Amino acid sequence: MGPLIPQGIIIGQWDFVIALLIGMAFGFILEASGFSSSRNIAGVFYGYNFVVLRVFFFALIVAMLGLLYFDYFGWINMDLVYVLPTYLPSMILGGIIMGFGFLLGGFCPGTSLTAAAIGKIDAFVFIGGVFIGIFIFGEAFPYFEEFYTAGYLGNITIGEVLGMSNQLVTLGVVMVALAAFWGTWLIEKRVRKRIKLFKF
Amino acid sequence: MISETNNEKRPNYLNPYFGGLLLGLLLLAVFFLAGRGLSATGSLKLSIATILEFISPEHVANNPYWSRFIPEDGSSPLFNWLVFAGIGTFFGGLISGAVYGRLGKLRIEHSPKISSKTRLVVAGIGGILFGIGSQFGRGCSSGAALSGTGAFSFGGLLVLVLMFGSGYAIAYFFRKLWI
Repeated sequence: MGPLIPQGIIIGQWDFVIALLIGMAFGFILEASGFSSSRNIAGVFYGYNFVVLRVFFFALIVAMLGLLYFDYFGWINMDLVYVLPTYLPSMILGGIIMGFGFLLGGFCPGTSLTAAAIGKIDAFVFIGGVFIGIFIFGEAFPYFEEFYTAGYLGNITIGEVLGMSNQLVTLGVVMVALAAFWGTWLIEKRVRKRIKLFKF
Repeated sequence: MISETNNEKRPNYLNPYFGGLLLGLLLLAVFFLAGRGLSATGSLKLSIATILEFISPEHVANNPYWSRFIPEDGSSPLFNWLVFAGIGTFFGGLISGAVYGRLGKLRIEHSPKISSKTRLVVAGIGGILFGIGSQFGRGCSSGAALSGTGAFSFGGLLVLVLMFGSGYAIAYFFRKLWI
């Protein structure tokens, strides 16, 4: 049955309307969860607020479990679900650079859009920075084109790399997530005792 | 313009696990509808390609990166799923802010230990780094870390682990920015 758009079950320009609605739901959930505040987000790195970890990991396990069940019930053709391809060196570097940007900026691009929407000037500046960053990347691209496409492993899944099924991978992620929920709950309690409750 | 939000009351945020449940269901719905996940940087990237194409089509044609995003049929790169989703994200945030009463004057949020100016400079640098990193990483926290890992992509998990890992690795050195 699914995915609907790649199989032409939803056709015409409806997909743009759907994209707009999905984007709105995305922005709403991010803002309502508290991601429009950089100080909320950065809390994950200092132990005073783990909202990022909770929302992110819970969403991840819901989506992974959901996909497994959809696949099991035959509701979705997993061959048509896009698996982000892996380019080892480029993505390792990208992940590290994004970590720096995350810590300094206190936003990621999605959350900065919602923070800008409620009037945070620092979020507008962050978005401006993302624009500049992508522009720099694109202009300098010819110099590192080889690096960018090196170490191509194809649309490889976590299970294929580790030699296990998607089910086992999901079980592992769920266990790590549950442990993280419990561990960070303990850390947060401790840190908040030491830290003055910060203003949001 | 005020330089600090002084909302001493506990902000009316969703329970994070409930928020995560909603986000996960949304991601699942997007996979079911579109066969691919959420994205935030895609819309910004396509906007830049469009602006450059408007200014100098020749420059774009000669650049192996920008030229990837110009459709061959001559339509605008902005006529794309990612752009509509990006616009939606902004307005979704706006609606949530209005619903929960967080829509306010233009303001700069920062730790009391740093000035507004420092915050803006650091936010700008963070944005630039995120912009560069997201291109190397084939997506940002939404496109690679969340949606990629959600669809079991190895690269997505790699970006997820390294993004948080490097953040934690340098958190100590920049602690004055936040605590």
